[in-house]
Amino acid sequence: MSPTDVAAVAPTEGTAAEVAERGGDVAKPTLGPVAPEPEAKAAEHATHPYLPRARGLLLSEMRLVFRRPRTYAMLGFLAVVPVLLGVALRYFTSGGGGQDGGGLEFVSQVTNNGLFLVFASLAATLPFFLPMTVGVVAGDAIAGEAHGGTLRYLLVAPAGRVRLLLVKYAGLVAFCFAATFTVALSALATGAVLFPMGDVPLLNGDTIAMDEALVRALLIAACVAVSLLGLAAIGLFVSTLTGVPVAAMATTVGLVIVSAILASIPQFHALHPWLFSDQWMSFGDLLRAPVETSHVVRNIEVQAAYTLVFGAAAWARMTDRDVTC
Amino acid sequence: MSTSTAVRAPRTTATRQHDVADGREPAVVTRGLSKRYGRDRLAVDGLDLVVPAGSVFGFLGPNGSGKTTTIRMLMGLIAPTSGTAAVLGGPMPGAAGTVLPRVGALIEGPAHYGFMTGRENLARLDAADRTADPRTRAARIDEALARVGLTAARDKKARAYSLGMKQRLGLASALLRPRDLLVLDEPTNGLDPQGMREIRALIRSLAADGTTVFLSSHLLDEIEQVCTHAAVMSRGRLITQGTVDDLRAAVRGRLVVETPDAGRAALVLADLKAVSVQTTPTGVEAELGDLAPDVACAALVRADVRVRSFTTKGGSLEDAFVALTGEGFDVAD
Repeated sequence: MSPTDVAAVAPTEGTAAEVAERGGDVAKPTLGPVAPEPEAKAAEHATHPYLPRARGLLLSEMRLVFRRPRTYAMLGFLAVVPVLLGVALRYFTSGGGGQDGGGLEFVSQVTNNGLFLVFASLAATLPFFLPMTVGVVAGDAIAGEAHGGTLRYLLVAPAGRVRLLLVKYAGLVAFCFAATFTVALSALATGAVLFPMGDVPLLNGDTIAMDEALVRALLIAACVAVSLLGLAAIGLFVSTLTGVPVAAMATTVGLVIVSAILASIPQFHALHPWLFSDQWMSFGDLLRAPVETSHVVRNIEVQAAYTLVFGAAAWARMTDRDVTC
Repeated sequence: MSTSTAVRAPRTTATRQHDVADGREPAVVTRGLSKRYGRDRLAVDGLDLVVPAGSVFGFLGPNGSGKTTTIRMLMGLIAPTSGTAAVLGGPMPGAAGTVLPRVGALIEGPAHYGFMTGRENLARLDAADRTADPRTRAARIDEALARVGLTAARDKKARAYSLGMKQRLGLASALLRPRDLLVLDEPTNGLDPQGMREIRALIRSLAADGTTVFLSSHLLDEIEQVCTHAAVMSRGRLITQGTVDDLRAAVRGRLVVETPDAGRAALVLADLKAVSVQTTPTGVEAELGDLAPDVACAALVRADVRVRSFTTKGGSLEDAFVALTGEGFDVAD
């Protein structure tokens, strides 16, 4: 860095032009001893109490989430899963269904209709891969800012603690949808390339046209994304507890595993309806005619409840937290 | 640090102090401000701090004396255990939303998103301030970057910045808008000597515009050069606060006279009520106490003492600081 004299750096032409363009809305570049009068300062603070939010913190948060190299890596990984699944089904299966049930009931259909790769891929990634990426982003949400020291600068900006928390959750919601749609779109493309596309047979034997099936695929992807929102709220809460992002990520992903273990033990059946992952596979109901909505609605209720409870816990923790790192 | 002239020309700081008293309410007022970590570690203990508006206020203290904890309470990052703090007239942390847009802060070193450029980092912080006008954002960012001499590196990723450049970027974020108060915690940390000079010049020019600057530093030299007022903390307590000149005056220096007439000089100084007068192989030494050096010099010459040199040592802020906080090198617990 060249030791330019701070007090005597001329404004770049671009700056001056931009200022002029805005009709002198900005205080003139205050270089060196020339600076706005105290009255001008007071006026600036007074005239813009609340401004349009479109270019505000929410947009900045979206950039933070989606321009981070780690996010590309995770989305890229998620995009590869359907390709691997498609290639395996196309070239390495010896025909015939006979797959074990659960979420993979779609798999046997894929070779007949490429669109089923979307459902099969979502069913394959929902139990672990999708929650893992959500756990990483959610665990990092506040803890990462605290660890990097940027949390204190956001708070003295001042971002406002509740506002920051809401914006962080909005960023997580966006990531849940982005991750899910990455899987779905990759699966759709792979399915179209590797398998025949056409009318779609539903799980109960009826057949619907391709365009209606695409609408259902969209609904199913949305349903899967919503399934992740409860976990996102849990991760956000965990993230407010610590300044060590890896700990928050590991805890959140660990809770996914704990939930899966609890769900697999029949003796805990009384607990099962309350697990955030209990109704994750309900999206299959959207492939029935008529659509069976009770489980889907139950899933949305569970996710909303988790969001409320852990959102409130995160709020309580965040507003009370001593930011010392 | 030693001063070789007994009688100083009045410092610019002294004249500036009068401009400071312009009737504005103090930038910072704390009353009995305390912070307790855990059961019995009192990081800050009953702090009564007043930072006059328009001052350049040096906040001094050894490592672990509670400076940063105090700054965190002033910025609403941590809640006090007891006591109150008011910043620019608003109680903290309650009035953070209305007060902090008028405050620029550099707290415990800079922090940035490494994968973003310098400009993008500033844009995020500016977006976080909902009272900042997004239409003027780009212009204000470029201006702040120019002010800290970072224009050439503004589109580089922050992770590629050197420590000094990160420090400059942190300062730029404090200067994104015209501020009434700047809180700068060790602002010249990691800067080369040239950079330190630039930052000091910047602080002076900001202060000349009427911005109150609250400057925490270990560099007594720095405080002495730029500050009008100072406070000294030790072990969580405020030991003293006042104008830099008053603090310095509290530590009268030591007088060293080189003369072949040591015996006579010692008698003259003893008559003048100088303390602990000692003869040395080259002359005589004494503590000045309340005695003014010019009076002592005149008296020696009147008594026909052949003075080869006449020096006062000490009386610097460093002496004041050491006198107040002790010589110990260990971190206060």
